[in-house]
Amino acid sequence: MANSIRIRAKAAAGEVSVKALITHPMETGLRKDNKTGEKIPAHFIKEVKCEHNGKVVVNAQWGAAVSKNPYLAFAFTGAKAGDSVKLSWVDNKGESDSAEAKVS
Amino acid sequence: MKRRSFLKGTLAGSTVAVAVGAGLLSPRSVLAAWPQGAFDAKSAADAMSGLFGSADNTTSGEIKIKAPDIAENGAVVPVTVETSMKDVSSIAILAEKNGTPLAANFELSATAKGSVSTRIKMGKTSDVIAVVKSGGKLYTARKNVKVTIGGCGG
Repeated sequence: MANSIRIRAKAAAGEVSVKALITHPMETGLRKDNKTGEKIPAHFIKEVKCEHNGKVVVNAQWGAAVSKNPYLAFAFTGAKAGDSVKLSWVDNKGESDSAEAKVS
Repeated sequence: MKRRSFLKGTLAGSTVAVAVGAGLLSPRSVLAAWPQGAFDAKSAADAMSGLFGSADNTTSGEIKIKAPDIAENGAVVPVTVETSMKDVSSIAILAEKNGTPLAANFELSATAKGSVSTRIKMGKTSDVIAVVKSGGKLYTARKNVKVTIGGCGG
């Protein structure tokens, strides 16, 4: 699951807004395969963490009710241009990924 | 001889089973903080008590939910929760009439602003509930979203 995250961090008026898109199927485990009629096993992101210069800013717990290819946006203060913002996720199968962006 | 190979076979089989068991367990131990009970809860109140230890809440006008009045596609309902409250430690988003209402919980640090956006799935027309934890207390706001096509495989 490499390169599953697209992240952008922008500084404006003393705060940094972060927008991220993650590529992930987010299967609920309730859907059925149309061809075989078998249930598609659940596969969704459980935890998303965002760090600014190594300090956790947002730590989210997600359920299967978050849409496919999740989008997420938030903002925080106390950062300046050039700082690093890192986003990482872990799903219910233990897969994970992370990506880093510089505040612009 | 046959018995030998049979024994060998069972032994090999059990080691695989143990490995599989361990493999299944490891991600769970890593995710110890993930509130299983809250995400399994069938009602919004149960989900809140599973997540925050209590379902006591006050309706607050300081929470704004931005979501469409009518969602054409329940699989992708954009939701933004904003609050002007101070000392916000977490924001949770629930879809009341989903089989399991809790969609997401965001734990915010002191520097994070009281605003999060994401997209959620909604099985049918329902209230979206935003729960904001501020100063150890829970505050909620609701917004009804009409879903014309369900988000759960419909």
